Amino acid sequence: MRITCPLCGDRDSREFSIRGHETYLDRPAPDAGEAAWDNYLHLRDNPAGETAELWYHGAGCAAWLRVRRNTLTHEVLKVDLVRDLTGGDHAD
Amino acid sequence: MARLIAKSAASGLLPIEIGTVTLTEETPAAITALMPFAGKLRALSAALKAAHGVPFPGPNRSSAKGGTRVCWSGLDQAFLIGDPAQADLADHAAVVDQTDAWAVLHLEGKDAAEVLARLTPINLGREHFKRGHAARSLIGHMTALIIRTGAQGFTILIFRSMAATAIHELDVAMRGVAARAAVQSSP
Amino acid sequence: MRIEGKGLIDRAHPVRFRFDGVSYGGFEGDTVASALLANGVRLMGRSFKYHRPRGVLTAGSEEPNALMEIGTGAARTPNVRATMQEIYEGLEARSQNRVGPLHRDLLSINDLFPGVLGAGFYYKTFMWPRAFWEKLYEPVIRRAAGLGALSGQPDPGRYEKAFAHCDLLVIGAGPTGLMAALTAARAGADVILADENARLGGRLLSETEEIGGKPSALWVADMLDLLRDTGNVRIMTRTTITGAYDGGTYGALERVGQHRPETPDLPLECFWRIHAGQAVLAAGALERPLAFPMNDRPGIMLAGAVRTYLNRYGVAPGRNITLFACNDDAHRTALDLIEAGIRVTAVIDSRADATAQGDYRLLAGAQVIHSKGRRALREITVRHKGRQDTILTDCLAMSGGWNPSVHLTCHMNARPIWNDRIKGFVPAPGAVPGLTAAGACAGIYATHACLTAGVDAAKTALKALGKSAPGVAVPAASDQTGAVQALWYVDGKGRAWLDFANDVTTKDIRLAARENFRSVEHMKRYTTQGMAPDQGKNSNMAALALLADATGRGIAETGTTTYRPPYVPVSISAMAAGAGGKGFAPERFTTSHAATVARGAPMIEAGLWYRPGYFPARGETTWRQSCDREVAMVRDAVGICDVSTLGKIDIQGPDAAAFLDFVYTNMFSTLKPGRVRYGLMLREDGHVMDDGTTARLSDTHFVMTTTTAAAGQVMTHLDFVHQALRPDLDVRFISVTEHWAQFAIAGPRSRDLLNSLLDSPIDGESWPFMACGPVSVHGVAGRLFRISFSGEHAYEIAVPARYGDALFRDLVARAETLGGGPYGMEALNVLRIEKGFITHAEIHGRVTAFDIGMERMISPGKDCIGKTASMRAGLTGPEREQLVGLKPVGAVKQLTSGAHLFEPDADPVRVNDLGYVTSVCFSPTFGTYLGLGFLKNGRARHGDTVKHVDHLRGLETLCEICDPVFFDPEGARVRG
Repeated sequence: MRITCPLCGDRDSREFSIRGHETYLDRPAPDAGEAAWDNYLHLRDNPAGETAELWYHGAGCAAWLRVRRNTLTHEVLKVDLVRDLTGGDHAD
Repeated sequence: MARLIAKSAASGLLPIEIGTVTLTEETPAAITALMPFAGKLRALSAALKAAHGVPFPGPNRSSAKGGTRVCWSGLDQAFLIGDPAQADLADHAAVVDQTDAWAVLHLEGKDAAEVLARLTPINLGREHFKRGHAARSLIGHMTALIIRTGAQGFTILIFRSMAATAIHELDVAMRGVAARAAVQSSP
Repeated sequence: MRIEGKGLIDRAHPVRFRFDGVSYGGFEGDTVASALLANGVRLMGRSFKYHRPRGVLTAGSEEPNALMEIGTGAARTPNVRATMQEIYEGLEARSQNRVGPLHRDLLSINDLFPGVLGAGFYYKTFMWPRAFWEKLYEPVIRRAAGLGALSGQPDPGRYEKAFAHCDLLVIGAGPTGLMAALTAARAGADVILADENARLGGRLLSETEEIGGKPSALWVADMLDLLRDTGNVRIMTRTTITGAYDGGTYGALERVGQHRPETPDLPLECFWRIHAGQAVLAAGALERPLAFPMNDRPGIMLAGAVRTYLNRYGVAPGRNITLFACNDDAHRTALDLIEAGIRVTAVIDSRADATAQGDYRLLAGAQVIHSKGRRALREITVRHKGRQDTILTDCLAMSGGWNPSVHLTCHMNARPIWNDRIKGFVPAPGAVPGLTAAGACAGIYATHACLTAGVDAAKTALKALGKSAPGVAVPAASDQTGAVQALWYVDGKGRAWLDFANDVTTKDIRLAARENFRSVEHMKRYTTQGMAPDQGKNSNMAALALLADATGRGIAETGTTTYRPPYVPVSISAMAAGAGGKGFAPERFTTSHAATVARGAPMIEAGLWYRPGYFPARGETTWRQSCDREVAMVRDAVGICDVSTLGKIDIQGPDAAAFLDFVYTNMFSTLKPGRVRYGLMLREDGHVMDDGTTARLSDTHFVMTTTTAAAGQVMTHLDFVHQALRPDLDVRFISVTEHWAQFAIAGPRSRDLLNSLLDSPIDGESWPFMACGPVSVHGVAGRLFRISFSGEHAYEIAVPARYGDALFRDLVARAETLGGGPYGMEALNVLRIEKGFITHAEIHGRVTAFDIGMERMISPGKDCIGKTASMRAGLTGPEREQLVGLKPVGAVKQLTSGAHLFEPDADPVRVNDLGYVTSVCFSPTFGTYLGLGFLKNGRARHGDTVKHVDHLRGLETLCEICDPVFFDPEGARVRG
């Protein structure tokens, strides 16, 4: 499998590690309640088809990526920098 | 006063010459990580240009002036390799001394790219990875910063603690490539 | 028999090699198979199960019979296909799977009991008694049935792995592949042209046809020049593409040194990972055998292989050759043989309407129904117009038509599609993204059509690559495709082999169908058809045609089994190339490594790092002696320990303090510059991730330390928190672990030692416990931290790594003058257990801050990672296993880590389990074993006695529960 890192370009999957579903981006407020936290920490779908996951370019630029891909065909559909999605702290 | 004797990362291990390729150690005076703070990229780049003659590089790029190179090294990060960083850069960026963190290896020769192709998954083709291009990637299992410095030359930054392993792996690759070349050129 | 004037071998370079100890001659360019045939050797091996004599069937990598051991001693490689192994001076080849000499294999007795050894016989015969399996049945079966044997020694050969990249990968350098490569290269694409043969040309090397008015071999040579002229083509011969993977990645096995005498440093094989923007599959087609009774004798081979031996190697595999086919193509073999002056006894064509294409005897509508000849073919029986005739012949060339090599197109789950015209399966369009199948592997057999298909496939690829295609003229060539009849098997008396390599016959397939193994996948497993090294390349089509007939279905409906990588056998050595030793795991050495090793310290692995276990002193014979001495040395004087392996992260920015407040449970924004604080880090699920000290160098500048084990994990975590969760914080960080060499100086004499070394001395007032700041060491700018992992008055001093070696030697020398010296991991562990300090033995991923008694470190005034979850029901309370200290009080005065804890009178079984022991040591300070562990409601049970049971080591004792801090609980010494 290959992932096109928005910074480094097209790279072999051995440079990346996966964290899990993009749910991890939506951290609930501390007082959001048990259900919200349970959902955030533990409950995941297991889709046969398109999904969005968080990958870390640990052997590259150290950027966290959101990778949209198809679990049936292994096709990578879109890769974004997590930082661009969360809209914060840019040097430029 | 007693004096502490400095030892380079690859001390006693280099140089190596096998076939058409040489592996040597470079000892830049300083390696400084520059990490511009929020919204400070332009200001840092201007300060860098003024102080060291090189702008902050884009992803996968480096530029050199005199003996100093500034090389992109990751998300919002570049390494200034050569002269020690001027103090005013710290107005715009986190400035961190990395001089002793890296073994700086230089691979030079006709088959240098062939040697690296045994160890790194990135495309080193001349059309893809041109002079001055830089990549964060792997040498075997070791994270590395690889810079093409010329048609047949690469500078490779590897964690200092892994220098012996990296040199061993490059040595094995160099031997294999040289043996192939010898076989192909023999009648 | 060698034919003068034919073949692409180099007759100027004769080569001598040995087969089963006998010396033979051949020429450069020969394979073992071609050279043996040239020497009249037809018997090359014994079959898998029945130990029947076997000769070569094919001339390619799909060979099922002529599998040999190449090389001697530890360098011996089994199961090498003689059809692929090129000969070189001194090559040693041995036949395999035999007991005694090849021509009198003692196990050929198996051949007398075919009824017993049919499909499923293992399952039916060896069911009981069960105990016999391991001791009797399996060893006997393994000895009798099988392939070559490994040497049992480490493979001394060198193997290599490498990466390659291209715009277009062309797989196969026959007419299709050559045209595809030239078209793409001329368009400026970066092309890799890979072919598993030593020479380019594919089938053209085996044929006598002309292309562009030239003999095809000359045309191939011209193409090679044209390809080289473009400067864009990397030609990889002896390279088999073994698999198609996601994202345009292909695996390839290159035979680098296997075709030549041993050469120092030259790899035998290289396993390539090729990343291609696009690919053209031009893998050609494989001829299929015919399953007629007794079709497995040496001398019976494929018609196309006979052409290969004749035209490429100048070898006639017999003197009286007979053809048996169901298609036009095989008639070319007869023509080529006659042209070369070889006698063709007859062409037997199953088609009633077949016509002779030359001057030979044609038996149309005829079939071969039997063969004879003990160690090689002597005669065949032919059924023709209701009669049975015997023909004396020493070579039968058979052809059941051709199968497109669709294998790679199936590696990503696609199924091939049945094509009735060619009576074979062809690739499904789009089977592998970015791969276009063209030419014979797509069912296009005429040479001219293949040349055209190569150009077209390249154009498809170029379009996808965004490059415009040049005009490439297709040279004149044959446009004959030839007709084919479906003929899979011939019924008659005697066994008819389908899978030669696994000894599977038509009877076995029918038996499988009868026993209701009707699915093609079930039939395969039951009969083992297709499970041999050739992976069914020779047998699949006939086997599933037979299964289709036996189950009353069509072939398309029956379907094929799944083709998986690798396309050809790949040695484990090649797959694992570069992954042994340092390639398995890099070695990380501290700057004190050389000095440490020079002192005879045994090194232990801590992650990738190497750290000293202990420093043996003169007269010490056990590690405990050294360890006890080093502990006492730290408690009484001063010890030196390299702590550079701990992770160090430089954190800067206006929001650096806020960032630390968010990743640590406790407050760092309140920490004063010049001070250090212990921090606890949780995972978001409320469990402890890591701990360590963080120093504040200025308002906006911190240095965090992590444990050695979790350094990488913490860095990944910080990146995630910053980029994903707290992008609002303006903070930057980078690892500085490698930049600093850092040494612990621990013990009551530590300040004395430091003051002998620092350019400006320090005192207790300006450097209290948990102070930090810059220092000058022999003129070198360093950092000093007054922190302690031993419970003693201690410091850690850091200098740039270039000075690490010198500083370590200097510190040790100074320590020794003060009655101290270096200490290793064993002593470090004892010191921290005595003090009740935790490591990842305790924070192993399943414990909470509450469990280790640090719940008060979760600051109530702020949010942090893991805070909400840590308060979840079930993660706090008396039912939790809590950190305790343990002291042995029973008859046995020892503790072991991994032991479990029970009430003294309870049965030591799982349901009574109260906790477990995580760390133990013998404490020279207290003269007893001490332990740390987790016990249900442990903090409320100090003073109680529990039973310590180590089921694994058989150790049971009683121990007293106590506070985990055994040594100096008031902390007087650390502040001293």
